[in-house]
Amino acid sequence: MDYILDGFKQAINLIISFNKEIFDIVFLSLFVSTTATVLASMISIPLGISFGIKKFRGKRLFSRITYTMMSIPSVVVGLLVAITLSRRGPFGRLELLYTTKAMIIAQTFLVMPLSFGLSFGLSKSRGKEIQKVAITLGANKYQSIMLIIRELKVDILVNVATSFSRAISEVGAVMIVGGNIKYHTRVITTTISMMNSMGDYPMAIALGIILLLISFIVHSAIYSYSKED
Amino acid sequence: MKKVLSMMMAFLLVFSMIGCTPKTDTSGDKPEDKPGTETPSKEKPEAKGSIILSTTTSTEDSGLLTFLLPKFTEDTGIEVKTVAVGTGQALQMGKDGEADVLLVHAKESELEFVEEGSGTEREDVMYNDFILVGPKDDPLKLKENSPSDIKSGLKKISDEKAKFVSRGDDSGTHKKELKIWEATNIKPSGDWYIEAGAGMGDVLKMANEKQAYTITDRATYLSMKDDLDLEIVIEKDEDLLNQYGVIPVNPEVLGENSDKINNEGAKEFMNWIISEKGQNLIKEYGVEEYGEPLFIPNAK
Repeated sequence: MDYILDGFKQAINLIISFNKEIFDIVFLSLFVSTTATVLASMISIPLGISFGIKKFRGKRLFSRITYTMMSIPSVVVGLLVAITLSRRGPFGRLELLYTTKAMIIAQTFLVMPLSFGLSFGLSKSRGKEIQKVAITLGANKYQSIMLIIRELKVDILVNVATSFSRAISEVGAVMIVGGNIKYHTRVITTTISMMNSMGDYPMAIALGIILLLISFIVHSAIYSYSKED
Repeated sequence: MKKVLSMMMAFLLVFSMIGCTPKTDTSGDKPEDKPGTETPSKEKPEAKGSIILSTTTSTEDSGLLTFLLPKFTEDTGIEVKTVAVGTGQALQMGKDGEADVLLVHAKESELEFVEEGSGTEREDVMYNDFILVGPKDDPLKLKENSPSDIKSGLKKISDEKAKFVSRGDDSGTHKKELKIWEATNIKPSGDWYIEAGAGMGDVLKMANEKQAYTITDRATYLSMKDDLDLEIVIEKDEDLLNQYGVIPVNPEVLGENSDKINNEGAKEFMNWIISEKGQNLIKEYGVEEYGEPLFIPNAK
């Protein structure tokens, strides 16, 4: 039992002594997941909003498929991205596999359905009203989407935070396409997984604590913002 | 469509392969890990009935034991219970009297083990080997210049800063790699030295993608060869060999309970595995599937 307690003690030490290896890993994690979240949000949120207010045939089936895609397993995304980026694959010439770029691509694709689905649902239930107002004010299609985004910005921010949480906490996709290379593609989750199999618990626990802290900070920031609003 | 399908199949194969790579050789493991785990079969010792074989994961994962042991049981009527652990832990099991016979690969520690009286004797059984694989066009021309000199090969790689993927996961293979680097007096570091922190299968795929050099055990390479654009560049260097030895545990390690160790059965196992029949079987294993044996028998 002692090793658990020892692990925690050493983990705290590693954190407060600003162990460089740990913080490099944390920053890479933040960089990859933030970039992926921003990219995915920029594409998915406007799309999701516009699909939500649109009337079209098969919208119910479309919703169901969208909601299914929201829970796509990260290993599946990882596998698909790895196949396409592999040297023998269609984008092999770019030599992207096992790089940070590949990790961003994989996480972007992982988060896109989630971000799309959340905005789609949001705009389906609350976008109509705002759209009506926008049209009465003489807005065109583009302008009304922008208005909806502005009006629902708090909820959309929560969507973005959810997407970010999903990206930074997943291990399957980044492990497959990144390969957990030291100093290059090693992020928080892949390190935890590796440290566990090597039996090096302090570092794994330290990173686990940091991961939880990041989620806590992100969500409390969003929460306090939505309160102010 | 066909190409996509075959690619999918290839990935399926590769992923199933990852599960087969030799697991980490925990020779560095703390010996305290094992106390108290008395093996149940030790309760009722039989004269010949069964023996406990403590061995490394590589012999188990490669399927060699699954191939050999039934034949041994057929010949002698002795049943073998295998415990596959890291070499360090296997030796500790011997010291604690929890195994009757060991089949491990750490010659120095093995000789020490016999010297201190924990084992009665030690015989060479077989070896498997590691190889340096690299891109098919071999940009450093290692194959031409030093086909069986791993040290000068590694030196060249580090001089030219050619990409090299290291397991970086503290496994037996990783330790072996570091030992060779140490022998060359080079401390590998820099952008060209990629520390993967992954299993053998993953590392081979990574080396393939990056067209880098890496050190692998032959068995894993052979099993994945068809999906890799990598070729053997350096092999058959003394430094790349991995010698396995068999040691019957000395019953005296248990003091007055010495009758709980099946020394007779252990000796029979040793004699069988170094006999002509045992050695031939080892040589046979893997030939059908990979075109060459995975372990090369070398008992005297």
